[in-house]
Amino acid sequence: MERGKTLFWLIPFLVFIVALPPVTGSVTLREGIFLILMYVTLASSLNVIMGYTGYVSFGHIVFYGIGGYISFYLMLRDGMHLIPAMILGGIGAALAAFALGEAVLRLRGAFFAIATIGVNEAVKALVNNLNFIGGAEGLFFNFSVYKAYGGAARAIWFSYYTMAAVTLITVVASYLIKMSKFGLGLRAIREDEDAAIILGVNAKRYKSLAYAASAFFPGMAGAVFFFKAGNIEPHDAFHLIKSIEMIFMVMLGGYGNVAGAFTGALVYERLKGFLLVNPLFKNLHMAISGVVLLLIVLFMPQGIIGFIREKSKKLRGVLE
Amino acid sequence: MILQVEDVTKTFGGLVALSDVTFQVEEGEILGIIGPNGAGKTTLFNAISGVFKIDKGKVIFKGKEITKLPPNQRAQLGIARTHQIVKPLDDLSVVENVMVGACFGKGNAGLASARRKAGEVLEFVGLEGKGDVLAGKLNVPEKKRLEMARALASDPDLLLLDEVLAGLNPAEISNMLEVVKAIRNKGITILMIEHLMHAIMNVSDRVMALVYGRKISEGTPKEVANDPQVVEAYLGDPELAIGLLKDKRGRG
Repeated sequence: MERGKTLFWLIPFLVFIVALPPVTGSVTLREGIFLILMYVTLASSLNVIMGYTGYVSFGHIVFYGIGGYISFYLMLRDGMHLIPAMILGGIGAALAAFALGEAVLRLRGAFFAIATIGVNEAVKALVNNLNFIGGAEGLFFNFSVYKAYGGAARAIWFSYYTMAAVTLITVVASYLIKMSKFGLGLRAIREDEDAAIILGVNAKRYKSLAYAASAFFPGMAGAVFFFKAGNIEPHDAFHLIKSIEMIFMVMLGGYGNVAGAFTGALVYERLKGFLLVNPLFKNLHMAISGVVLLLIVLFMPQGIIGFIREKSKKLRGVLE
Repeated sequence: MILQVEDVTKTFGGLVALSDVTFQVEEGEILGIIGPNGAGKTTLFNAISGVFKIDKGKVIFKGKEITKLPPNQRAQLGIARTHQIVKPLDDLSVVENVMVGACFGKGNAGLASARRKAGEVLEFVGLEGKGDVLAGKLNVPEKKRLEMARALASDPDLLLLDEVLAGLNPAEISNMLEVVKAIRNKGITILMIEHLMHAIMNVSDRVMALVYGRKISEGTPKEVANDPQVVEAYLGDPELAIGLLKDKRGRG
C-alpha cells in the first residue's frame, strides 16, 4: 500500500481546472469554476472539524460571514488591499472560532450541532443591528475600489486567482493536518474522545485548534467572494442553506477524507448547476439534494471516495 | 514509592463508591485488586487516572500530587490504563491506535518513532501482522491486547490493567499472564483488577481487597486469600455458613 500520494494527483488536477478559464477565455467557465473552488475550500475546511474530529459544525458558514465582513470593512474604510484584508478576515474568523470553541466544544453530538446553528443565527442578528457595518442593508463597494486592481474586469480575474490560491492552500493544509501528529490526535478524538484523553490527547485544546483551523479558510473564502460581489449583507453572509450545502459536500465525497471533500464539492457544484438550469428541476434542487443526502447516509455513509477506498485496496494510498 | 493514594473518597449521589481508601504501590511490583462486583475497583482506577474528580483525599504519583490534574496530563506523567470495556478507536488501524498512545503519552514521540514503537509493542503483545487492520474489526481477545499495546506504547511507569483476562479462554489467559509478567520485567509497575482468583494470586506480589468501597484487606496473596473478611465478602459469613450447614445436617 503506497501512502501519501493523494496530493500527487489532486494538486495537478486542481491546477488544470484553474487553468481552464484563462486558456479558453470563457467568462462563464470562470464563474462556474470560481464557485467550485469556493466549495472545495469550504468543504475541505469543514472536513477538519467534522471529518477528522467528528464534530458536525452545522452553522459553519458563520466563519465565512465573519471573514467576509472583516475584510470588506477594512477594504471599504481603509482602502486596504484584498490580500492583507483577506488574511485578517481569516485570522478574525479563526480567533472567533477558537473563543467559541472553548465554550461550545464542550457539547457533544447533536447538542454541538444545534449550538453552532444558534451561533450563526446570533451573529446574523447582531450584524443586522450594527449600524457601523451597515445593519440589515449591508455594505457596498464604490466602483473606485476596483481601480487599484486595474478596473472591475481585472479585479474579477484577480479575485479568481486569489480564490484559486486560497483553495490550493486549503487543500494542502487540510492534507498536512490529517497526516500530522495533530491530525492523529483529532482522529482519536473522533473515534472515542474519552479514550483519547486517557491516552494523553489534550482534547479540549485540540478541538479548539481544529475549530480555528477549519474557520480560517472559510474566512478567507468569504473575503474573496464578497470582494468580487461588491456588496455584503447579513442574509448572504450568514446563509444557513450554505452551511447545509457544506455538510452535504463533505458527506457526499466522504467525510474525513481530503480527496472526499474535494470530490464532494466538485460533484455538488455540477449537480446543483445541472438542476438549476434544468426547467424540470429548477425549483427542486434543495429537495433533490436532500433526497441524495438521505440516500448517501443510508446506503453509502462513507461517501463516494470512502466507497471506492473500501472496494479497491490499490487506490487507498492515493485517496486519503 | 511510585503511587500513594490517601483517604480517597468518591460518592455518586447517595452511593459511596470509595470510602477513605489508602494504599501505596512500590516501584516495580504488581499489586492485584480484588473484590466483588460493585466494590469500587474500577472507580479506584478512574480516580487514579483522573476520569473524574474525587470528593476527598489525595493521589500522589512519583512524589507529585496529581489529584487535580486532568487525565491527559496524568497520562503524560506516565500513568497508562486499559479499560474493562475495551475502547478501540474503531476506524483507525491497529498501528494508528498504538501510535496514539506513543505520540500523546509519556513517550511523546513523533510520528515516525511512534510507528516504530508501535511495531515493537504489537509484536510484544502478539498482534504482529495485524497492524493494517481496522481496530473495530478485531475480535475481543485481540482488542484486549490492543488496549494493552496502546497503554504500553506510551512508555508508562505505572500501568493500570482493568480485567484484561475477563472473557478470555484458558489458553489466552496464560498467554496474557506471560505478557503481564514480561511487562513487569521491563520495570513497569502494575496495578491490576481481576476476578480470576488463581490468576491474580499467581501473578501478584501483593493483593488488596475492596468491598463496598472500603479496603478490607491487604497483604501477600496467601494472607488475603485466608483473611476471614475476604472470605466473607465472597462467600458470606463463614461461621454462619458452617452453622447453617450443621443446622441442616441436624435436621436432616
